[in-house]
Amino acid sequence: MLLGTLGKKLGMTQMISEDGIVNAVTAVDVTPSTIVQIKTLDRDGYEKIQLGYGEANKISKPLQGHMKDLGEFRYLREVPVKDSSDHSLGDIVTADVFSVGDKISITGTSKGKGFAGPIKRYHFKGGPKSHGQKDKHRAPGSIGAGTTPGRVWKGQRMAGHMGMEKVTVRNLQIAAIDLESNIILVKGAVPGPPGNLLILRKKAERTL
Amino acid sequence: MPDISHLLKMKDRTDLEEVNPGDTVRIHWQVVEGNRTRTQVYQGFVLRIKKGGANASLTVRRVFQDIGVERTFLFSNPRLERIEVVRRGSVRRAKLYYLRGRTGRAARIKEKVSPRK
Repeated sequence: MLLGTLGKKLGMTQMISEDGIVNAVTAVDVTPSTIVQIKTLDRDGYEKIQLGYGEANKISKPLQGHMKDLGEFRYLREVPVKDSSDHSLGDIVTADVFSVGDKISITGTSKGKGFAGPIKRYHFKGGPKSHGQKDKHRAPGSIGAGTTPGRVWKGQRMAGHMGMEKVTVRNLQIAAIDLESNIILVKGAVPGPPGNLLILRKKAERTL
Repeated sequence: MPDISHLLKMKDRTDLEEVNPGDTVRIHWQVVEGNRTRTQVYQGFVLRIKKGGANASLTVRRVFQDIGVERTFLFSNPRLERIEVVRRGSVRRAKLYYLRGRTGRAARIKEKVSPRK
C-alpha cells in the first residue's frame, strides 16, 4: 500500500463547513505520477517507492536509461510504502492513496528570502527607535563577551541566507479530494510559492 | 489556479437580496448556543462589499453605545440566513471608509430616490 504521492502547490482559498466554520485551505495539484523504481530491503536496505512526476523539457541520457519507456519526468522523488510487493513498475499513482480526513505530512521548499538580517531571520528585537539612536535600528547588537573568551562562540546567530530550504509541515488534514481534476484540498498552509513541488506522505502505521 | 469551486461545496446564494454600499440592512445570522440555534439580527449600513466568488463578503457598520462596530459576513456562509434591506442609500463611492471618522449629522447617508416608472 502506497503511503504518499507527489504534487504541486496551486494556491490558497477558504472553505466553509456546513455549520459555518471558515477554514483556510491550500489546493494541491496531484496529477497522476508513475512508479519508476521500487527500492527493496534486500537490494537497497530500505523500502520506498520512487515516483516520476511532471513533464520534463529535456532529460539526460543516464536519466533516460533510468526511466526507460515509462515517460519523461521532471521530478523523481521517493515516498514511503507499506509492502511494496503489490506494486510494479509503471503503475499510475493518483490522489486515491488518501481519503478525506487523513492526517498527512507535506514536504516542500520554502520561499527564498535572500540574505536576511537578524531581525527577520531570528526575530531579534533590534535597537531603540528613538532616544538619540542613529543607524542601529536593525543591528544585531553585541555578539559576545570581551577578553574571555576572546572569540565569538560557534553558532552565534547572525545575518545570512534565509528560506529556500526543505520544510516539512506535519498533521495537515485533507479537506477534500477530487479525482477528476486531480486536486486535493488541505487544511492549513504548505511551504513555498504556488508551483512548488510537494511530497505528500501519510504516516506509516508502526509495526511492532 | 484552476476553478475549484465545486470542491469548496459552495452554496448557491441567489436567494439573497441584492445590496449596495450605503444601504441600511438587517442581517439575520444563525447563532449556535449549545445544541440550539437561534437567529440574531444585526442592523447597520453596508460599509463595503468585497467581490471574489467564494470569498465575497460584506461589512456592516453600526455605532452601538458610542462605539463603532463593524462585522464582516461571507455571502457564502450558510449561517447567513437572510439580508433584509431597510433603506436604500445614495452614495458616490464603493467603499464608505470616510464615514468611519464621522458622527452625528456628518455621518448621514442620503436616501436613494428610485426613478418613477
